[in-house]
Amino acid sequence: MAVLVGPETRLLVQGLGRDGSFQATRAREYGTNMVAAVHPNRDGQKFEDEVPYFSTVAKAVEETGANTGVIFVPAPFAMDAIIEQVDAGIELVVCITEGVPVLDMAKVMAYIKDKPTRLIGANCPGVLSPASKAKVGIIPGNIVQPGNIGVVSRSGTLTYEAIAQLVQHGMGQSTCVGIGGDPIHGTTFTDVLELFQADDETEAIVLIGEIGGIREQLAADYIKEHVTKPVVATIAGQSAPPGKRMGHAGAIITGKAALASEKNKALSEAGVHVVDSPALIGAKMKEILG
Amino acid sequence: MNIHEYQAKEILDRYGVPTPKSEVANTADEAAAIAGKFGGRAVVKAQVHAGGRGKVGGVKLVNSADEAKDVASNLIGSRLVTKQTGAAGVPVEKVMVAETLDIKDELYLSIVVDGDIGAPMIMASTEGGVEIEEVAEATPEKIIRVAGDPLVGLSPYKARDVALALEVPPSALRQTTKLITDLYKVFVDNDCSLVEINPLIVTDDDQVVALDAKINLEDDALFRHPDLAKLDDVNQQDPLERRAHDADLAYVKLDGGRVGCMVNGAGLAMATMDITKSVGADPANFLDIGGSADQDRIEQAFKIIMDDEDVDIVLVNLFAGIARSDVVANGIVAAAKETGAQVPMVVAMRGTNAEEGIRILSESGLDITGAPDLAGAAEVLKSKLQELGGSN
Repeated sequence: MAVLVGPETRLLVQGLGRDGSFQATRAREYGTNMVAAVHPNRDGQKFEDEVPYFSTVAKAVEETGANTGVIFVPAPFAMDAIIEQVDAGIELVVCITEGVPVLDMAKVMAYIKDKPTRLIGANCPGVLSPASKAKVGIIPGNIVQPGNIGVVSRSGTLTYEAIAQLVQHGMGQSTCVGIGGDPIHGTTFTDVLELFQADDETEAIVLIGEIGGIREQLAADYIKEHVTKPVVATIAGQSAPPGKRMGHAGAIITGKAALASEKNKALSEAGVHVVDSPALIGAKMKEILG
Repeated sequence: MNIHEYQAKEILDRYGVPTPKSEVANTADEAAAIAGKFGGRAVVKAQVHAGGRGKVGGVKLVNSADEAKDVASNLIGSRLVTKQTGAAGVPVEKVMVAETLDIKDELYLSIVVDGDIGAPMIMASTEGGVEIEEVAEATPEKIIRVAGDPLVGLSPYKARDVALALEVPPSALRQTTKLITDLYKVFVDNDCSLVEINPLIVTDDDQVVALDAKINLEDDALFRHPDLAKLDDVNQQDPLERRAHDADLAYVKLDGGRVGCMVNGAGLAMATMDITKSVGADPANFLDIGGSADQDRIEQAFKIIMDDEDVDIVLVNLFAGIARSDVVANGIVAAAKETGAQVPMVVAMRGTNAEEGIRILSESGLDITGAPDLAGAAEVLKSKLQELGGSN
């Protein structure tokens, strides 16, 4: 079984502008079961002549049983879209939108704290499970292959890089999860590690961190206590100077714990195979699994 | 986005946070006139977007209007080089002239968003007026941290906790509690990424006053603060970073590097910088062209790299998901032809339309060496750098 998504995924897409529509088409081509599209004034129409539009998320969920939502709405409306999906009882909400104000994300996290919904993102590439042909987000379907490596990452394209390296060394993926590059994000490394550890299909894990914050250290603590599967990790931004924002709002070094060297140290001490160069992820995993 | 101290002070004034009387001057004569209003004794402060100005003569105490004029005429029109600026420094176009106050005690107070906790975090210390990073390093127990709640705000008892921990005189407790509450409102109402008062002073007559003010605004939230967005001072920014910002590119100029990097995605861009470093070279920049860049934006990105005098080789690393390799390739070729750039390029292209992108580049006549992947790009870069010679 994959984690987070699978054959049971019934996908709702909210935000069908240029990028959202393009990605919805890709997800359907890949084989994802997209059951609903949400747009305030396209009620009664169909996306690609097949998937019904609804004016609200609640109505879409009621009519189609959608259990997974993906959000492409512009940043000013992302908080509202997430809360609308949470209120409609969607189990897994994946917010792709980048540039969501950090105080909006703080409110979202406080709001969903005691609710059953799991949020991934914002500012993330989403989740993809090759074996179950479920793609929720923007990870390209043509670069993955089914297998037993779980991939979890704060970055988008660096996730693709890791996937390509795994495939190059003959290793497929159980599930790929991009948790996003913002300082406040829903699902964390620790959450995904817990899922991968419990997942029979996942034999080993690739973790891709970045400078900024202390989430990699929390992941290291969790790995030390709970994860028995091999983990290969790399931290992007070893050469980044302090105080500068490297694209991702979370990728800024503030304080010692945010340094790549500190994260590498914490992960190494937890028994993680840390590679110095992000080009060595696949080779290292191959070496470990033989 | 950074704003100037005088602009930060205007925001604090609106929220009733006590600050010293001050005015901003564009000329030395204006500075003298303002100092005169304060009886000649005043502080003249260069208005620049960089910390550490006090150590390089950017903040001066004066005892007369004439002295204020001298100091201001030296500062205005000059460039300040601090530990936070590049070697070129930042221009001083204005000075703030403020009254002096009798200081009994210097404290520290700031608010940032703590991403790991998911809420605005107040940081306070009785050790104000010095570099807080040094306090945090040497005596971390002297920094008090109290988190607000994103939905409830800052409960008054928490503001009082901070005021008590700051050990202000009993008569100033209520005023300090209010100041902390007001500062939290400043932070949240204006979507700040930093509000820092260093020092927050206790005067001889037990008044608590924000002697300095630093406010950074969150770029991602400026859409809901059009008035604040207007405070942007382009002259304080690196010209290449400014152009990138206007073109909607995430670009950071890095000092001392010669390898121009052009990448899609922030994580991959950082990883590309890292592999550059791993072959003994330094990246000249961080550049994320973003997921949906059109040809025009790619051209602008390439021209920015070309206009960086430090760059003598370019590393392009593209893993196209939403982005299209052929569009990127066309953008590079168009920009290279227009600028007549002769610089060698190492290119790794994968993902959407990668073959087409590689074909366009290889048929362009430009000095391009292809690489299959990240590891390959590192190897090619290394041998190219050896051919080029020179340091780093």
